[in-house]
Amino acid sequence: MLADKDRIFTNIYGRYDKSLAGAMSRGCWDGTAGIIAKGREWIVNEMKASGLRGRGGAGFPTGLKWSFMPKVSDGRPSYLVVNADESEPGTCKDREILRHDPHTLVEGCLLAGFAMGAVAAYIYVRGEFIREREALQRAIDEAYDAKLIGKNNKNGYDFEIYVHHGAGAYICGEETALLESLEGKKGQPRLKPPFPANMGLYGCPTTVNNVESIAVAPTILRRGAAWFSSIGRPNNVGTKLFMLVGHVNTPCVVEEAMGITFRELVETHGGGIRGGWDNLLAVIPGGASCPVVKAEDIIDCPMDFDGLRERKSSFGTAAVIVMDKSTDIIKAIARLSYFFKHESCGQCTPCREGTGWMWRVMERLVRGEAQKREIDMLLDVTKQVEGHTICALGDAAAWPIQGLIRNFRPEIERRIDEFTRNSHNVTPVLEAAE
Amino acid sequence: MSVRRLAEPAYQPPAFAFNKAMAAQAKTWIKKYPKGREQSAVIPLLMLAQEQEGWVTRAAIEHVADTLAMPYIRVLEVATFYTQFQLKPVGTRAHVQVCGTTPCALRGAEELKEVCRNKIHHEQFHTNASGTLSWEEVECLGACVNAPMVMIFKDTYEDLTPERLAEIIDEFEAGKGAKVPTGPQIDRWFSAPESGFTSLADEKALKKGAKSKPAAAAKAPAAAVPPSNAAKPKTASEQASPAVKSPGKKAAEKPSLDHKDRPKGIERPAKTDDLKLISGVGPKIEKTLHSIGIFTYAQVASWKKAERDWVDGYLAFHGRIEREDWVKQAKALAKGGVEEYVRVFGKKPV
Repeated sequence: MLADKDRIFTNIYGRYDKSLAGAMSRGCWDGTAGIIAKGREWIVNEMKASGLRGRGGAGFPTGLKWSFMPKVSDGRPSYLVVNADESEPGTCKDREILRHDPHTLVEGCLLAGFAMGAVAAYIYVRGEFIREREALQRAIDEAYDAKLIGKNNKNGYDFEIYVHHGAGAYICGEETALLESLEGKKGQPRLKPPFPANMGLYGCPTTVNNVESIAVAPTILRRGAAWFSSIGRPNNVGTKLFMLVGHVNTPCVVEEAMGITFRELVETHGGGIRGGWDNLLAVIPGGASCPVVKAEDIIDCPMDFDGLRERKSSFGTAAVIVMDKSTDIIKAIARLSYFFKHESCGQCTPCREGTGWMWRVMERLVRGEAQKREIDMLLDVTKQVEGHTICALGDAAAWPIQGLIRNFRPEIERRIDEFTRNSHNVTPVLEAAE
Repeated sequence: MSVRRLAEPAYQPPAFAFNKAMAAQAKTWIKKYPKGREQSAVIPLLMLAQEQEGWVTRAAIEHVADTLAMPYIRVLEVATFYTQFQLKPVGTRAHVQVCGTTPCALRGAEELKEVCRNKIHHEQFHTNASGTLSWEEVECLGACVNAPMVMIFKDTYEDLTPERLAEIIDEFEAGKGAKVPTGPQIDRWFSAPESGFTSLADEKALKKGAKSKPAAAAKAPAAAVPPSNAAKPKTASEQASPAVKSPGKKAAEKPSLDHKDRPKGIERPAKTDDLKLISGVGPKIEKTLHSIGIFTYAQVASWKKAERDWVDGYLAFHGRIEREDWVKQAKALAKGGVEEYVRVFGKKPV
């Protein structure tokens, strides 16, 4: 188990003083000016050496991402955009950072902004996080008042931080959709290239990072890349906020070392599985878009990018959705299908039509009102949606269903058999129209 | 995607203007964006309008468009795209947003919806008789460790039971909503485990200076997986049991001619057997068999399992040789021609 002294988020539960003074007493804003004095190159190299991989789900190395920004401005300003549009079902880590430990993020914005030569940071907070947005704004105001950010600040790099918010669209968590939304349009993802590092917000070079990736940066730079990369397994280093959701005895958000096994994570922080370990059915290890993993495969799996990739799933945002044997697994996945249908932006046909189609078939599979060949047909359609859309929402809608069919095909077939036996009480099928 | 339209003209008020406080807030929002990029403020401004009126009216949309010098259609697009904007009047005292996505559903969101159906209206987005309450099912509100939960206006009410939600709705109905404690409704500290703190229990250990010096670490080896693919699950793998083929999948690869399992061919003999008598072999297949040096019943009869599999693969037959039992047929035909075939199979070869 990770020791408290190695935890980056020291006030994630909001137990202690949330103000600037409180945050400073726990180490925030300590020697920030000194880090900035070391220069852009040093910061980017240190981030690269730390092995930090993006915490928003895709796991792209953060230092590498920062290094894509132009070194010399061509007259256009550069921007840092922080993605706080946390909407992946199961994920609620950024919320805790925003409302309880916001100074880690504010300081991170300054350091990241300096490392990429940005003039300002826009923090895009999801529309539903109203109190969280207020808490963040309070922290930013405190930092302005203490002359830590803004013009002619103590840290020697002029930098503005603005809070923006969305209005309830999951798709705006996709980086280019987020930029569209930030520009005051519908959140429909853009084609890449051009990548945001060339043409991002307002056509200027932009880097979009997850809240957690930015918020851990100051501590990494203070304590050194070597400290961070000594935690966890090679290529999967550092600490991570885990969320234990669903059928554990005590659901919680907790910062742990990457690569902790599922068993240890649940035993230490989740109070065990509801009804004991034998009652575990399946786990969705990284938020709604990750394929479901069966109990026997995950119990001793190390929770990190490579560990879960080996289990044909994904680490995602580390939102661990635990399901015990009372769960109707098909219904649980069908609800996710509905989620993706609801949140599809409607731009690409495979996703717009496919998510609805898949959901309707899933709804019939829940009741067993289908034919067995439709299972394969559904699988085939998920393959046709996956990889054929501008953004990853199509993929995200396909993966949970693929995981379900891979792991729980007998259950689907059993239900179809049961329905066929009782087919005298048939209800009308769902209509095709939306 | 969901179809969202503006409310009927009968509901729409004739005009809209920000009140003084809201107008000031709107100004600070617009100031956040670079000159010429005021359009960025459209979502915050619409949200302010919703806060003032309770829902987004057509007049408000047009007012926001005029303020930001945007065409009406661009603002209409935004208002109908983002689902947090209420396009119809909602309950004046409470609009209950129940999170119904899987993490909450696992912990009992279904019962919460039932409470709303019973207490407010059997359908979402409809107000109760007095117009004070309404409800809707929303997608993940991002408080999954505190599931199940609802959001009423700006605050969340977490770790709910159906009974507790019923009480909260009653409080709001009575106009005493502000008195209801927000956050977890059970004895629990925000997102910490209900049983007590498993981490960050002692503030002293977190203070500046209590932290240890970094340990030197070995350099991590390069990533085995390219970073852009790092988080994608391997979906090219066989999804289902290999026995069940997906429709429209490419055929198995044709086995090579110099594979060790290829049955031995012979030169074309003077008198070849009529392979077409084997049920399953037609003129085309016979030609193919000839091309790999199969001319007699005896040859077919002598095929071992591996050889049969090879021929099956070569002809792309998906197991037909086994199903039609060519070997048994060929044995009979080799032994005594058509008469033997009829004796064994009880019918003439076709």
